[in-house]
Amino acid sequence: MTLTSDNKQTNTENSITATIDGIQVQVPKGTLIIRAAERMGTFVPRFCDHPALAPVAACRMCLVEIEGMPKPQPSCAIALTEGMNVKTQMTSTVAQEAQAGVMEFLLINHPLDCPVCDKGGECPLQNQAMTAGRAESRFDIEKRTFPKPIELSTEILLDRERCVECARCTRFSEEIAGDPFIELLERGAKQQVGIATDEPFNSYFSGNTVQICPVGALTSSSYRFRARPFDLVSVPTTCEHCAAGCSLRTDYRRETVMRRLAWEDPAVNEDWNCDKGRFAFAYLKENRLTQPKVRTKNGNQVDALWPDAIDFAAKGILQAKGKVGVLLGGRLTMEDAYAYSKFARLALATNDIDFRNRVNSEEEQDFLGSVVAGSGGSVTYADLEKAQNVVLVNFEPEEESPIIFLRLRKAAQKGNLKVTAIAPYLTRSLEKINAEVVATKPGDEAKVLRGLKIAQESIILVGERAAATPGTLSAVIEIAEKTNSKLSWIPRRAGERGAVEIGALPNLLPGGRPVTEVSARNDVAAIWGVNGSDIPNKPGRNHSEIIQAALSGEIKALVIAGLDVMDAPDPQALGQAINAVDFVITLGIQENSLTRYANVSLPVAPVTEKSGTFINWEGRPRPFGRAITSTNALTDARVLAMMAESLGLDFGLQTIEELRQELSSFGSWNGKKLDKPSVASIGAANVSVGSAILSTWNLLLDDGALQKGEEHLAGTQRPVVAHLSAKTAAENNLESGDKVTISNSRGSIIIKLEIIEMVNDVVWIPSNNHDSKVKSKLGAKEGDVVTIQKGSF
Amino acid sequence: MALTPVLTAHWDDPNSFEITSYKKHGGYVALKNSLKMTPDEVIGIVKDSGLRGRGGAGFPTGMKWSFVPQNDGKAHYLVVNADESEPGACKDIPLMLANPHSLVEGIAIGSYAIRANHAFIYIRGEVPHAIRRVMNAVEQAYADGFLGKNIQGSGFNLDVVVHAGAGAYICGEETALLDSLEGRRGQPRLKPPFPAVAGLYASPTVVNNAETLASVPSIILNGADWFKSMGTEKSPGFKLFAVSGHVKRPGIYEAALGTPMSELLDYAGGMRKGSKLKFWIPGGSSVPMLTPDHIDIPMSYEDLSAAGTMLGTGTPMMFDHTTSVVKAVTRWLEFYKHESCGKCTPCREGTYWITGVLEKFEHGKGKEEELEVINDVCGQIAGRSFCALGDAAATPFPGAMKYFAEEFRQATKTSADASFPPSATTIFEKASV
Amino acid sequence: MSIKTITEEDIKTLETLAAKYPVRRSALLPMLHYVQSIQGMVSPAGIQVCARVLDLTPAEVAAVATFYTMFKRFPMGKHHIGVCTNTLCALLGGDELWKQLTDILGIGHDETTADGLFTLERIECQAACTVAPVVTVNWEFMDSMNPKAVRELIEKLKMGAPVQSTRGVQITSIAESGKVLAGINDGKYAESPLADDSMLAGLRVAKERKMSAPTGKGAK
Repeated sequence: MTLTSDNKQTNTENSITATIDGIQVQVPKGTLIIRAAERMGTFVPRFCDHPALAPVAACRMCLVEIEGMPKPQPSCAIALTEGMNVKTQMTSTVAQEAQAGVMEFLLINHPLDCPVCDKGGECPLQNQAMTAGRAESRFDIEKRTFPKPIELSTEILLDRERCVECARCTRFSEEIAGDPFIELLERGAKQQVGIATDEPFNSYFSGNTVQICPVGALTSSSYRFRARPFDLVSVPTTCEHCAAGCSLRTDYRRETVMRRLAWEDPAVNEDWNCDKGRFAFAYLKENRLTQPKVRTKNGNQVDALWPDAIDFAAKGILQAKGKVGVLLGGRLTMEDAYAYSKFARLALATNDIDFRNRVNSEEEQDFLGSVVAGSGGSVTYADLEKAQNVVLVNFEPEEESPIIFLRLRKAAQKGNLKVTAIAPYLTRSLEKINAEVVATKPGDEAKVLRGLKIAQESIILVGERAAATPGTLSAVIEIAEKTNSKLSWIPRRAGERGAVEIGALPNLLPGGRPVTEVSARNDVAAIWGVNGSDIPNKPGRNHSEIIQAALSGEIKALVIAGLDVMDAPDPQALGQAINAVDFVITLGIQENSLTRYANVSLPVAPVTEKSGTFINWEGRPRPFGRAITSTNALTDARVLAMMAESLGLDFGLQTIEELRQELSSFGSWNGKKLDKPSVASIGAANVSVGSAILSTWNLLLDDGALQKGEEHLAGTQRPVVAHLSAKTAAENNLESGDKVTISNSRGSIIIKLEIIEMVNDVVWIPSNNHDSKVKSKLGAKEGDVVTIQKGSF
Repeated sequence: MALTPVLTAHWDDPNSFEITSYKKHGGYVALKNSLKMTPDEVIGIVKDSGLRGRGGAGFPTGMKWSFVPQNDGKAHYLVVNADESEPGACKDIPLMLANPHSLVEGIAIGSYAIRANHAFIYIRGEVPHAIRRVMNAVEQAYADGFLGKNIQGSGFNLDVVVHAGAGAYICGEETALLDSLEGRRGQPRLKPPFPAVAGLYASPTVVNNAETLASVPSIILNGADWFKSMGTEKSPGFKLFAVSGHVKRPGIYEAALGTPMSELLDYAGGMRKGSKLKFWIPGGSSVPMLTPDHIDIPMSYEDLSAAGTMLGTGTPMMFDHTTSVVKAVTRWLEFYKHESCGKCTPCREGTYWITGVLEKFEHGKGKEEELEVINDVCGQIAGRSFCALGDAAATPFPGAMKYFAEEFRQATKTSADASFPPSATTIFEKASV
Repeated sequence: MSIKTITEEDIKTLETLAAKYPVRRSALLPMLHYVQSIQGMVSPAGIQVCARVLDLTPAEVAAVATFYTMFKRFPMGKHHIGVCTNTLCALLGGDELWKQLTDILGIGHDETTADGLFTLERIECQAACTVAPVVTVNWEFMDSMNPKAVRELIEKLKMGAPVQSTRGVQITSIAESGKVLAGINDGKYAESPLADDSMLAGLRVAKERKMSAPTGKGAK
């Protein structure tokens, strides 16, 4: 919108001129009165209106006077038209009185319990009551009361008395999330939000309803009664969970995070975030490591002072010199990952570094080096919204990148987008984006892709699971090129894309520079102040190879950071590797089986206690500042710098500023990139009765390390079931509701079976929920063959 | 003026609801005639006749039909509003009981005119007897080739579904009816888009009252001029007047629009023995009440509007001197509170509030200053609610205060039952008590 | 009182109801009428079934089921008795009939007698004001009621004696009308007399006074 000034008098084809409160405004056609007024600085009070939801004009709070109309009109539902003369409450007594009347109505049955209400202090009803309300109530009959509160889910509570029936929550759930599990029930004055008997509000996006509730009707179990808004300090942050890169607002009080909210970012998460991002932060307090620990000669771990611990660690490294591997997780900030990348090459003189504490392959690291690293923003959220054809390969958006899911759903709702998913079955999530599924056995992805008619200039989104089946990523590249399609890789963790970019891989240096290229090494060496020859020139070992080398004695020490054993592709093998080596240094925020085993355990800062940057799946940097300062927790980079110093290196990277400065000096790599992988697919395994091909992925809400300590959230996890097709189930004499045992030589999982329409010969189970722990119990991955049989406990 | 039985002309035929009886009296000839015309010609005749909607709003029917975009390649729908639930309104249900084929024929003609191949009859759920008659009429019409494929060899196809509501007055509001018919909560929709553009299933839709459609065959058969020879210039034609209350012979009186209430009252045998008219409501509780002073006002859209009320459903309720206005108004507000859909704040909260205060008055416990509060609250609903239900709820009290303010002031001390003993108001014969 | 389960056969019926409409969801009200006729209420199980047939969430169905007065969330008795207590009926005698019925049956609004025979409800205007006061049995109308007739009505229903509705069918149970409301024609359209005095009142006066509509060109 532009306020009309002398030099902007002309209407373009798509704009109109109208008057609001005597001021001429020029706005794009279709602009709602309430939006136009807002942008010229006049806030028309409202409750049901929300810019991301379709107008309903139900609360009637935003009534304004429009010249020529006999009654006041809802400004949230009427677009300005050419020459329209609107008077808001600023200039019209009609509007003022109408608004005051509605406010009086909204308060008659409201409990006025602001002093004990979570929303008090940030409540639109409270605020607008101050401007449009009466000082004293004229209401002299009994208020409508409800027993309070009711649980819509373990996470979301509803105080019906406070509700103003604006229906933002129900509209959000239906329009945006596609989860109409909450609805308006009953009628008239008895109307209330509610759920069906036995079906709670288990939506991955339920927390957004608390945030958009304009009163204190919806609250979260985790925040209810815990703080007052005016006691909280708010800072903008970036979500550390998935690779979506959501902007968040972190609210803390006395150095404790009390809650997190979605922070509006039109380019990324718009107004929303997922429940994991919103509620899963209790881990920040769970088993926090605050003190370095070292293992003494008698085998006990004892607290140590930082300088002693660092020296001890440095000694361990020196002893294993040249035989140290670096295993990282996908949760590091780009800055910290960079420090490891540099540390490995300079201090450890190795390329044995890998951030992929998950299913991985050589094909994948070539894919990352050739297609992903340094590719910038090849696909953006906006691209998804505008796209006509999106192909999903080994990627389940709602579970693995929920904000992508929301964007795809938004596009699908508009009706322009066709989503094709190469997946074993049509999940409810895929249904919500009107996706068409090409039912595919794990292992057959490459074959199916090559046989599929894919429209030119599609967008192909491939998930991390593609690394599980040889040839899939090669085929994805081939098809993308053939169809002039854009290709984007969607990792699951916030730090993965950044780790690719800064070379936390055995074959890559920062900026997508292959370790094998001499000019690449020289580039990097110049920035690091060393000689090109100081940087090892052969590709290092990847995650699995490091573990193998540790087991065979070729690697003697491990530096392990930001990693949970349970996330490892094979937790058992990782455990054995740790056992096998002489020296283990861990850097982490929580005490766990790993840190307890370490020779040196060094505590580092979680995201709230440091600055950093996550690179989201788009390749978009999402920098964030430090929220909590009092803990003096050190970043990984700082700890590595100390260690490097102790080893006598001029490492730099003492401060985040220094780090970012150094990172920015890399520029883009114009030299030869890694060759694109060209791996042949071996196809899906053949199975006979009694066995099946395993398909599995991580559900958004599962038993992951960063979800620990938040039971209310855990209560909204999806039910844990195994899926088989009717044919495969029948062949194996199984029925829905049966317990099915899925096993291999390593172990077994027993869960309930639900027969669905899906590809034959495949059994699907969730990766990490309750009893279904694929990695720790089976050590298996997508595409492996498992046995299936009727099971019992 | 005079009684003009058209729709009711053969209700004394014991089989009037059967297709045989209907056809014997010229039924379905109008449909055959219509199918020989172009749809626009049919619309033209209905436009010329000046037929206005009989559901309450009085919108010209032909004009409504002409709003439907033609040749837009979309499915069109005709939806019959037979959700008759307005307190006092009782003319569509008797019509469907006694003469359902006039409705079915009207539907066929109307559907042909608006190029709809699918029609729905939305009947309130509480009247299974009327639903049976209409379902039967529809089946008979299918069997005789007046519905279904290639009707009377014209190439015109029409399917009709009889659909029962489930108890919600708001579904008489046309957009709420459409939501209800789509299997949703019957809450009104934001307009625009209007149903003529995006109605049922977001397709062009006409929603017509049952009596309106039933009146169409006679217009096609006899012509617009014939229709206009009855009634007034702005309110042409005949109308089912359902006279109820403290009259000697409550019932359906089909007369020309513009017939004065005094004349209708005369047909109904006057007020019951020994009683005097106290107030009356011309067309359902949603229109303001009148007094004996207004008894000679012609029952036309324009004349009643000039008197500060409305024709509404054209179903006058007559109350005699034994009636407590306070109780009557309180009951109506209880109704609106019960039936408010809950979507918008003024109606949902306002009806709750007014009703609560009025109940105090009914029990002689109101405070005089609260009369002002109720009046304000009515003002805060009227013109600010989402749909006309709110406006309707804000009508009875100010209407009653206009003539009976003293009675409300009395109700700060004396209960309605004490001032107006219920035993005097009931119409039970001594022997039946 | 035990609640009947919804059978596979019932689900087939629900499917046919859904198939009647261009968009299946339109059948939701008829389907709820149907499950209510089977179970005497709209139970959570009934909601689940409708949700499954229409591919809706149970919450979406509950939202609809709870909006409409006729759908009951508690098990109804064999007979549903409605008394219109909207203004006109109430004044003309509905209030007294209501009081009488609560006394006779010993229950209040939306309550069911212990023997499971009657559920009582204050109902709104039934579009039968010319035959006020109105009582309904299973939504079949008992017109122009009075205390004596109400007493007799309840006695007959208790005894299982035949009761003929003045406008509708012979009284059976609430389940019966539910099927009709679901759109299943029971063919009983002619079971009641054509029209009552109130419906014929105008026509009789017109005939007496020799009044008629003008003769049109369509008259033969």
